[in-house]
Amino acid sequence: MTTAEAIIAGRKEQLTREQMIPLLQEIQAADGFISTDAMVRVAEALETPVSRIYGVATFYNQFRFAPLGEHVIELCRGTACHVKQSLVLARHLKRRLKLRDDGNSADGRFTVISVACLGACSIAPVIKLDGEFYGHLTTERLDALLDEVDAKAASDEAAA
Amino acid sequence: MKLTINGKQIEATRGETVLKAAKRAGVDIPHLCSLDWAPSPAASCRLCVVEVEGAPRLLTSCTLEVTDGMAVHTHTPRVLKARRAIMELLIASHPQDCLSCVRGGDCELATLAADVGVRQRRYVGAVKQHPVDISSPALWRDPNKCVLCGRCVTVCHDVQGVGAIDFTGRGFKTKVAPGFAIGLNVSECVYCGQCARVCPTGAIVERDQVDEVVAALADPDAVVVAQVAPAVPATLLEGHSKSEGVRMMLERLAAALKRIGFDAVFDTSFAADLTIMEEGSELLDRIQNGGVLPMFTSCSPAWVNFVETHRPDLIPHLSTCKSPQQMAGALIREIYPKHTDLAGKRLVVVSLMPCTAKKFEAQDLSDVDYVLTTRELEHLWGRFGVEFGKFTEQAPLDEPFAEATGAGRLFAGSGGVMEAAVRTAYMLVAGEELEGGPKVAEARGAEGVRRFTVTAGEAQLNLAVVNGLGRVKESVDGLLDPEAGMHFIEVMSCPGGCIGGGGQPYDTDADAVRERLERLYEVDRRSRTRRSHENADVQALYEELLGRPLGEVSHRLLHRTYTDRRPDKVAAV
Repeated sequence: MTTAEAIIAGRKEQLTREQMIPLLQEIQAADGFISTDAMVRVAEALETPVSRIYGVATFYNQFRFAPLGEHVIELCRGTACHVKQSLVLARHLKRRLKLRDDGNSADGRFTVISVACLGACSIAPVIKLDGEFYGHLTTERLDALLDEVDAKAASDEAAA
Repeated sequence: MKLTINGKQIEATRGETVLKAAKRAGVDIPHLCSLDWAPSPAASCRLCVVEVEGAPRLLTSCTLEVTDGMAVHTHTPRVLKARRAIMELLIASHPQDCLSCVRGGDCELATLAADVGVRQRRYVGAVKQHPVDISSPALWRDPNKCVLCGRCVTVCHDVQGVGAIDFTGRGFKTKVAPGFAIGLNVSECVYCGQCARVCPTGAIVERDQVDEVVAALADPDAVVVAQVAPAVPATLLEGHSKSEGVRMMLERLAAALKRIGFDAVFDTSFAADLTIMEEGSELLDRIQNGGVLPMFTSCSPAWVNFVETHRPDLIPHLSTCKSPQQMAGALIREIYPKHTDLAGKRLVVVSLMPCTAKKFEAQDLSDVDYVLTTRELEHLWGRFGVEFGKFTEQAPLDEPFAEATGAGRLFAGSGGVMEAAVRTAYMLVAGEELEGGPKVAEARGAEGVRRFTVTAGEAQLNLAVVNGLGRVKESVDGLLDPEAGMHFIEVMSCPGGCIGGGGQPYDTDADAVRERLERLYEVDRRSRTRRSHENADVQALYEELLGRPLGEVSHRLLHRTYTDRRPDKVAAV
């Protein structure tokens, strides 16, 4: 049973269209993204055309349609970070990680998400890497951070 | 209740919108997103704003309900200025490639822009770069021309109940597309084309086959013949006096088509009469031999697509008869070469249809080479410099498919197949003609679902007419309920029937469809023969070729099978 099927089966009440967004949110919370299959299941459960589920899901920025990578980078594009050149960081990440349109790196290991503000303007420009804040970033410091992640992955692999 | 519009007092009913009340009073307020015959406008285009005394802001007349004593002004300088600005913004990211657009000369958006006085491009927005979807054999979509009015989405979901397309994304990236932005050919689309009929731009249009037909006409090794659906002349008669009949228009069409190179022109209504013979016999066979009941009509290809892609469980209920277009195509291929020496040339069959789904059907069953919609016919005249509006020559239609009864012509409107079927089925069951003349009033009307019973001799026939795909979902369970004991159900995909088809002239006016329907009733009333079984050419056809309805030859030429085409929604992505 897929996550979507389990979540839908777990709903005791009569499902109505009002449940569309809560269902999608729950599926994303469990899977990290909403798959095509999940949207088709929600459409069937709500007796609603799949075009409408897709339309609603793509309208909201909160929904993702590709699985999360091993490492998640939340890149702040808020006003303070923008003034402190966060766009340069964004472009750098895109080049270095070969980001696709869905925000995942070409190898699928990294996911980069642009967020409006992380609430850490005093250390702008800032990113969150796997839940940890890193501030006052430059492209050099960002590279060093990512090199560290790569080095750790290499040593883990060697150990395994 | 009373209100004034531009100082003139008018009566209105509670719940009516200002837009509709104004229309009744002869005041046309420009609008894009709302449709006369569809529910709940999104009020997203804002073009229909009006000034209401006492209200500080301009209000959208499509959602504003009338109140007693309301004073509305629809065309004040303030309104006109706002409307022009709204229009300029609506088209800021439109490519404005009018000279190479299929809608050139017949574009609602261009007309509206001209009407509200747009004379320059003050706002030049970013150009959209969406891929064009040419995946389907019936409809092509160019989201770059779309102004996101949402009519197509309203029609697809709320009128037709199909829901193949919707808004996707947000902001500048918003576009109308099937779920997962896949091609229309692998979506849940049934190709009814209602979206294209109401689109104010060139964003959704039929797959254009005019060039293919022009090439065939120029090919010295091809004999090109046309068949004309009954809805086409009924539509071309718009603006003509009531005394000018469908027959006259058909003969005018025949003359014009022959002038541009067609070798013969046939009447698809002939095949409609034939359909009645086959379908009526099939119904009796099902009733007498315990076949699957109720039986649904199969003339409307978008309805057939709907069954195949949305409700394949209904396939056993579908009549196995091909649609009149396909019957005519198969017979032309079978008989015309015997009738006329083709001198070794290939035979090309072109149909003129009010329908976009016919394009898919023709490709699927391959009895017909090209299908031109009523709109494409206009483009065909354009290629050859024919001013059809002023054309007065007439030429007889060609044997052996020239003769049609009033019943066959009724096929173009909702209830028409039922009415024609009742006339013949009554004869087959009771052995005599329907009492009180051939008119079957119960089959006519504008309601979404019309159920009635006909008593023929000992037998009772329980019948229903479903007017538009959008009425299927709400009614199908009740109609299939064994308690209801239904025998025969007509479903036409488009509201009003083929005369309101997806290939018909761009319009959003329900009155035009009603007028076409009246034309059909009139031509039936005046026909010498009004029952399909009285069609002399059909009788001759059975004698010479088919033998009897449901016979071996009929099965080969006139009947078909169906396929479960439920899209694999996951794999399609």
